[in-house]
Amino acid sequence: MRSSQLVEKYFRTKNLPHIWCPGCSLGIATRSLVVAIDELGLDKNKTVIVSGIGCSSRAVGYLDFNTIHTTHGRALAFATGVKLANPELHVIVISGDGDASAIGGNHLIHAARRNIDLTLLIFNNNIYGMTGGQFSPTTPHAALGTTAPFGVVEQPFDLVKLAEGAGATYVARGTAFHVNPLVKYYKNAIEHKGFSMVETICICPTYYGRQNKSGTAVQMMHWLKDSFVLNTAYDKMPEEKRQGKHVYGEFVKKDLPEYVEEYVGIIERLKGEEDA
Amino acid sequence: MSKAVLMQGNWACVEGALYAGMRFYSGYPITPSTEIAELSAQKLPLYGGKFIQMEDEISGIAAAIGASISGTKSMTATSGPGFSLKQENIGYAAMTEVPLVIVNVMRVGPSTGLPTASSQADIMQARFGSHGDYPIIAVSPNSVTETFTLTVRAFNLAEKYRTPVMFLTDETIGHAREPIVLPKPGELPIYDRVQPADGEEYMPFRVEPGEIVPRMPAYGRGFRYNMSGLFHTETGFPSNSPENAQAQIDRMFAKIYDNVDDIVTYEEFELDDAELVFVTYGSTSRSVIPAIKSLRKQGYKVGMFRAITLWPSPAKQIEALAERVKHIVVAEMNRGQYLQEVARLVKGKVPVTHIGRANSEILLPSEIEALAKEVLS
Amino acid sequence: MKREDLQLLQKREWCKGCGICVAFCPTKVLIIDTDDKVTIANEDACIKCRQCEQRCPDYAIFLEEASDV
Repeated sequence: MRSSQLVEKYFRTKNLPHIWCPGCSLGIATRSLVVAIDELGLDKNKTVIVSGIGCSSRAVGYLDFNTIHTTHGRALAFATGVKLANPELHVIVISGDGDASAIGGNHLIHAARRNIDLTLLIFNNNIYGMTGGQFSPTTPHAALGTTAPFGVVEQPFDLVKLAEGAGATYVARGTAFHVNPLVKYYKNAIEHKGFSMVETICICPTYYGRQNKSGTAVQMMHWLKDSFVLNTAYDKMPEEKRQGKHVYGEFVKKDLPEYVEEYVGIIERLKGEEDA
Repeated sequence: MSKAVLMQGNWACVEGALYAGMRFYSGYPITPSTEIAELSAQKLPLYGGKFIQMEDEISGIAAAIGASISGTKSMTATSGPGFSLKQENIGYAAMTEVPLVIVNVMRVGPSTGLPTASSQADIMQARFGSHGDYPIIAVSPNSVTETFTLTVRAFNLAEKYRTPVMFLTDETIGHAREPIVLPKPGELPIYDRVQPADGEEYMPFRVEPGEIVPRMPAYGRGFRYNMSGLFHTETGFPSNSPENAQAQIDRMFAKIYDNVDDIVTYEEFELDDAELVFVTYGSTSRSVIPAIKSLRKQGYKVGMFRAITLWPSPAKQIEALAERVKHIVVAEMNRGQYLQEVARLVKGKVPVTHIGRANSEILLPSEIEALAKEVLS
Repeated sequence: MKREDLQLLQKREWCKGCGICVAFCPTKVLIIDTDDKVTIANEDACIKCRQCEQRCPDYAIFLEEASDV
């Protein structure tokens, strides 16, 4: 029995089923990316997907594109070289919360500041899954991790505000439950000229859920459904109804000079001066 | 006859890289390598190439690897602390077999050390700096002219053997200004990585018959494959199989060590009847040569073996030296790094003495001469 | 493609039995069987909304024209 036409077209089906745990939503986010790519009609041969290290970064092994599984935290830096050296390529980076905002945090803020035409998808499951459940920069305050057995003492990053503050010109947050808007954000991010970041709130039933008594995968998906509110709706909600709610939606959409175009402009200007 | 121009070593490195076809440079400013970034920033856009100053040393090498994967000859340059920071991704480039030139303008360490002063103390780090077991090529020039030609060669070796190549120069050569006659286009051979033909049936990490390394198509050409720092099979996809890991690492070592005669270059000076031989490399050879000339005038039978390729080491040649000379002196600006490799090869057949220090002061010909007399007496 | 031509299909060997498709199916078409895999138990009730396909982490259930399979 074959899988769906979409999966057959864009996945390396020989490598499936994937290594992710039952109920892990990384598979949902990865499929949503493929739907976005399909709807945009990107050429597989001209699309490069780069990842770092961690559960989310294993996605590239399953995707039938030009793929690079790099070192921990450095995917954006590798991707910067790919894009600048060959601007005709669409370059998409898949990263996790630890990969993108802890070990790779410096590259995140600088890629955003540079406004280079890359799309960063952070699959945020609020935990280090691959290594067995240590707290990450997005694990909520007081939640449990194997390295925070008495609760996380730190405050978490808000990745949307981080990317916005660093200068990203397209910023959105979706969830693995709200798939249709998620696909829309992925499409808008890929089409956006400049640095785009979409945070996808994912669930990790095995390493986050068990420690924090979050319930089954189904219960965690219900939590995404019930606690995430579209930003435009949230803005209209009375204060008392906002308790315990989180927002998703598009937060930044602006045009600023894009790095690669600016650089190519310099090459062309110099060429013009030479010819003159 | 072309006119000679006056140029510092770091500039000659950039000129050599451009000659070899470098069209991408990424890095982070660090003394005493910064002129390489500066000249690359100035020149690359004139060649239609790209320069990018990254946010740190790690991304400096990462972007260069990414550019190379997309089919562009790439280089990064650094010094001391930056070389330490780049080590993880050097291992990545070795594992994924990505051609790349990494320049290390060596300065005194450890740590911040003596930032603008010369040293040759990253020799073992160049060989073994990243974790795990992997082969590497490292070369070291001793003049501005050789900085140019050896940079070209470093790119050729990187492309031919699909490997990161360490270009180990130092502050002395990097900042030395010497006249150089720049080679004309076509004068030096240029090697480009072998790519599969359009539509060719392609297995990303399989070596085709009669070839040395797997073919490497630029990303975007239509060969959609996977690069991973995990051990991978011929398909490019990860595998935990010990048999596969063994086969892949054996192949990676073999591509270098089965071709040592092609990779290794060296210079011999006054070796024919030498009883004492200085084994040296890079800038220190510039102090050894006048010492030998002076000693020869006084009747001492001394000579020099200068390794131009440090890794893989010129093992056959050093082993042969141990059979015919009476003393070997390793001269280098450190407390005995290449000494370890030379002693390993000599196997106690002749005494091996070391002259070196790592305090920024270059070895003087007079000191070298004095040591030779002491050893020979 | 017309909605009525679509049929609910499975790639059963990829199913890891997480139950997400079962939980969010608006018309309760699906169950997890004794093998811990999804089974189409009430196909007639399927309204072809694709919520199962969109949220299946394992690409084990999807809607397509049956003739293609």
